[in-house]
Amino acid sequence: MSSSGVTRQGQQGTRPGWQARPERAARRRGRRGEQAMVPPAEFTSYYGKPVINSPVWHSPDIPGYFFLGGLAGASSLLGAGAQAMGRPALARAAKAGALGAISLSMAGLVHDLGRPARFVNMLRVVKVTSPMNVGSWILAGYVPATGVAAAAALTGRVPRLGATASAAAALLGPAVAAYTAVLVSDTAVPAWHEGHRELPFIFTSSAAMAAGGLGLLAAPAGQNAPARNLALLGAAAEAAAFELMTRRMGMVAEPYSAGRSGAYLRASRVLSAAGAAGALLGRRHRAVAALSGAALLGASAATRWGVFHAGLASAADPKYTVVPQRQRRADGGPASAEAG
Amino acid sequence: MTDPAAASGYRDPSPRMGFFTDTSVCIGCKACEVACKTWNAVPDDGLVLTGMSYDNTAGLSADTWRHVAFIEQRRPVAAGTAPDGEAAEAADGVRWLMASDVCKHCTHAACLDVCPTGALFRTEFGTVVVQEDICNGCGYCIPACPYGVIDQRKGDGRAWKCTLCYDRLGAGMTPACAQACPTESIQFGPLDELRERAAARLDQLHGEGTAEARLYGEDPGDGVGGDGAFFLLLDEPEVYGLPPDPVVTTRDLPSMWRHAAAAATGLMAAAAAAFAAEWLGRRG
Repeated sequence: MSSSGVTRQGQQGTRPGWQARPERAARRRGRRGEQAMVPPAEFTSYYGKPVINSPVWHSPDIPGYFFLGGLAGASSLLGAGAQAMGRPALARAAKAGALGAISLSMAGLVHDLGRPARFVNMLRVVKVTSPMNVGSWILAGYVPATGVAAAAALTGRVPRLGATASAAAALLGPAVAAYTAVLVSDTAVPAWHEGHRELPFIFTSSAAMAAGGLGLLAAPAGQNAPARNLALLGAAAEAAAFELMTRRMGMVAEPYSAGRSGAYLRASRVLSAAGAAGALLGRRHRAVAALSGAALLGASAATRWGVFHAGLASAADPKYTVVPQRQRRADGGPASAEAG
Repeated sequence: MTDPAAASGYRDPSPRMGFFTDTSVCIGCKACEVACKTWNAVPDDGLVLTGMSYDNTAGLSADTWRHVAFIEQRRPVAAGTAPDGEAAEAADGVRWLMASDVCKHCTHAACLDVCPTGALFRTEFGTVVVQEDICNGCGYCIPACPYGVIDQRKGDGRAWKCTLCYDRLGAGMTPACAQACPTESIQFGPLDELRERAAARLDQLHGEGTAEARLYGEDPGDGVGGDGAFFLLLDEPEVYGLPPDPVVTTRDLPSMWRHAAAAATGLMAAAAAAFAAEWLGRRG
């Protein structure tokens, strides 16, 4: 077998994963059932260079957008529900929160463009193969609806128009919260693409947790029960979906527990548990409810930052591109269909 | 095989044009890199020492549309017959792999699929090109590419990559890199013809005992529907920095949308449940 001579590190073979034996990975054929076992990180690469180009998206623009878009989308649902169920203070808080969150997130989106002045080019075409294009059209409907709903709720004017706008925002809100998962999954970034089944559920659960958190933070104690319920459902569903995803992904799940992304996700779990406990036990105490709400908001944000950085980490290391692809080739021939 | 230009709506497209890069005859002269930069006025992106053999270009990017890889391998050189007829002895030696990488102009191009503005388009030659007056620099095409080809130009914000010399093709000319290649390692032509030529070359190399020779990206049945620019390699693809089994990410997009629709519905159900629980609690 070939091996490289002099490398940047001096002697050959001194850097793990640098010059390895490709057939080692191939030898693991027929062991699909043992995905949880991390395959030996032996693979070949071109001087350790990543195979794919890393996303050029920046923090806080993009993870912030995922967090705020989710917060807005689920808050619109909470706002419309609160209005229908006679919880006006909660409705006002949720609708104003939705408008604030979506406005901030739009600013982040435009700011992250290489050519911000050309933002409207997003609406030049209608293209279902581009989740970013689909998302732009969803936002084109959602943002005005949220604006009208919030204005009507805060001023008390145009109640009928406000109710219509609230309903429209509540219908589009879940789409705003969910499509961003498709946006990241529809890339060659291993930690995102391989999670394409569970990431939408993680994102909508995280959105529910955030909107519930905002309701707990901003609504009076007498009206915050639906917000608490939504937050608890979101926190539980997010934890379950995350567990499912990382179990199924095999070695590509590593960035979700290691490094910067791992730290964000651990913080998310701690905040989520603390916020859920506070919401469950101390909802009627205004200060406890507010603190719990803030913790839940923080947990949702930390999840988005964690997912964002896990993607970057998996793109930067050729291991996560090469090893699963070699495994796939060994298991079922070239690019065996896996859609489902 | 479906013709991507016809599938994109061209009524009477030209035959699909592409590259066959035969790395077994690449001598690492980098004439392709220079010709590409010069013809396309691609800006300088820094001159750095990478320590990666003779490769200071490092990889494809917004400002590198042809990239010559250099791989030094210490391995036994097989006993055989030297060109002058003398029997050569088996010995340790250095095998130097050189390969000129380029945009693959995939049949199913992820960059093109995910582009939200329509800046990326399929040409009548079946190639994939960015319209720089449309690109708003969203950067979505960059992580979508399974090969790490397209990238954002610093200080410009837009995405750039190989155009397969769209301007030269329109004028009936050969792309600059292929024109400049002194060993015909880079061959340009109708893809069907290139595939025949590549198969013949592979047979020839196998016949001569180069068992490790293989084609990469020529199979229309692969995860990207075959590449418009494909290669003859002398080692595993990842040795050259190429993905061993690339798949166009949008292949799974229908599944992604289904899961997202289920998740969005789930969120609505969760909100309904949150209010229902409270309402029941209020009554009870």
